Amino acid sequence: MATITTEQVEARVVETLASFGPDADQITRESTFEELDIDSLDLVELAQVVEDDYGVVLKGEDMKELKTVGDAIDLIVSRAE
Amino acid sequence: MSLPATPVNAGGDLVKRRVVVTGLGAVTPMGVGAAALYERWVAGEVGIVDGAGACTDFEPSELLSVKEVRRLDRFSQFALVAATEAIADAGWEGELPYDPFRTACILATGIGGIQTIENQHDVLRDRGAARMSPLGIPAQMSNAAAAAISMKYGLKGEVFSVISACSSGAHAIGTALRMIQYGDADAAVVGGAEATLTTFGFGSFNAMQALSVTGMSRPFDARRDGFVMGEGAGVLVLESAEGAEARGATVLGEVAGYGSTSDAYHLTAPEPTGEAATRAIALAMADAGVGPDEIDYVNAHGTSTQLNDAAETTAIKRALGEERARRIPVSSMKSATGHLLGAAGAAEAVATVKTLQARIIPPTLGYGVPDPDCDLDYVPGEARPLVMSNGHPPTAISNSFAFGGHNVALLLRGWDS
Repeated sequence: MATITTEQVEARVVETLASFGPDADQITRESTFEELDIDSLDLVELAQVVEDDYGVVLKGEDMKELKTVGDAIDLIVSRAE
Repeated sequence: MSLPATPVNAGGDLVKRRVVVTGLGAVTPMGVGAAALYERWVAGEVGIVDGAGACTDFEPSELLSVKEVRRLDRFSQFALVAATEAIADAGWEGELPYDPFRTACILATGIGGIQTIENQHDVLRDRGAARMSPLGIPAQMSNAAAAAISMKYGLKGEVFSVISACSSGAHAIGTALRMIQYGDADAAVVGGAEATLTTFGFGSFNAMQALSVTGMSRPFDARRDGFVMGEGAGVLVLESAEGAEARGATVLGEVAGYGSTSDAYHLTAPEPTGEAATRAIALAMADAGVGPDEIDYVNAHGTSTQLNDAAETTAIKRALGEERARRIPVSSMKSATGHLLGAAGAAEAVATVKTLQARIIPPTLGYGVPDPDCDLDYVPGEARPLVMSNGHPPTAISNSFAFGGHNVALLLRGWDS
């Protein structure tokens, strides 16, 4: 598998989250899911996209710890390595 | 925590409170809005195209947020848009005028989120169970619309759905009426919503041979050959009359009576003597304390099926007396919109409240050839003025009858403020 860059993951995560409601330009690495109104159901959908695209399986216990968009990006990149 | 007392009089007897309508909302094949529904029906326009009453004017992305569109099945989208209209109409925007815990929401559906079920079944078949959406169940569940409205407007009293096929919307109104009458709630957002114009929906109703082959909704006409499926929502804001008066609300009408019975006869066919349906109408009149002489209009269930329209005619005659029944105009909204199934009773109540306000009775469109089994005045041709029998506020019955044999009659009355 080709190397996955943080930039690629970030772009995909932002695109996916934006499709859930918040404006894309509102989403930064520092944004918390709470302030973006992204809830546990959205994160399950995000996990499905991540698994399809990167083969990274994120379980409920992984997701529970995530507070910011950056947390999610870092977790995905670390699991994909 | 202080809890409200049950309404009682000086002697300690339970008091039945009067309940008024302060807001109306609708999404129907006639357009978005209660006014579009009533005014277009009065004008003789038909929302049925190619054998279906689809809400083609409804653009969810223009009316709801991205999140709402993604998370709500089409039936809940209709419900939320209609509720938003009704709540604005009642002047409830911004802050609720009642204790949220004393404000209910009963939003009925006959089927629920069938489009979501179909979509998720496609995902299951094509991509496996692990790819099914976490939003599937919360979108398809039949209480989804009630939940969405409660969350958007902070309604914390009794919130749920009721399900009784084509009587669902009317049952929701009747249930909320009882809550407010007897003090379990001070106000309620009530109605029904349905969105079954899917391949599965058409296939299923077609298999029952319930749908019109000609694609025409012609209630009470000898040529009628089945119902035309429609979709949409109707929502009303109800309040205790005393509460509405105290806050200076504009009162649009009164829900004065409710009667509900069951045929206990057949899954789909109405019991032909109309005994239980007759009793539902009689119960609604008794609840309101009015007799047949005070009924000025009947908003019929009138589905355009052979069996319903004949049995309903029988029930109207039995409940009101044959003489009186022949003098009361009876019309069916389904001639304009098709059959909104679980939303029908609510959307038809919306149209009936507007009829009593405007005092113009909309017609049964397409009616032309009389049937000896349907021998009442079905308001053929065009709308006509509502003639009040004697000095009382204009009064109407709105009927709903359902597969399963569930009968509901609502007694709706104009309000002289």
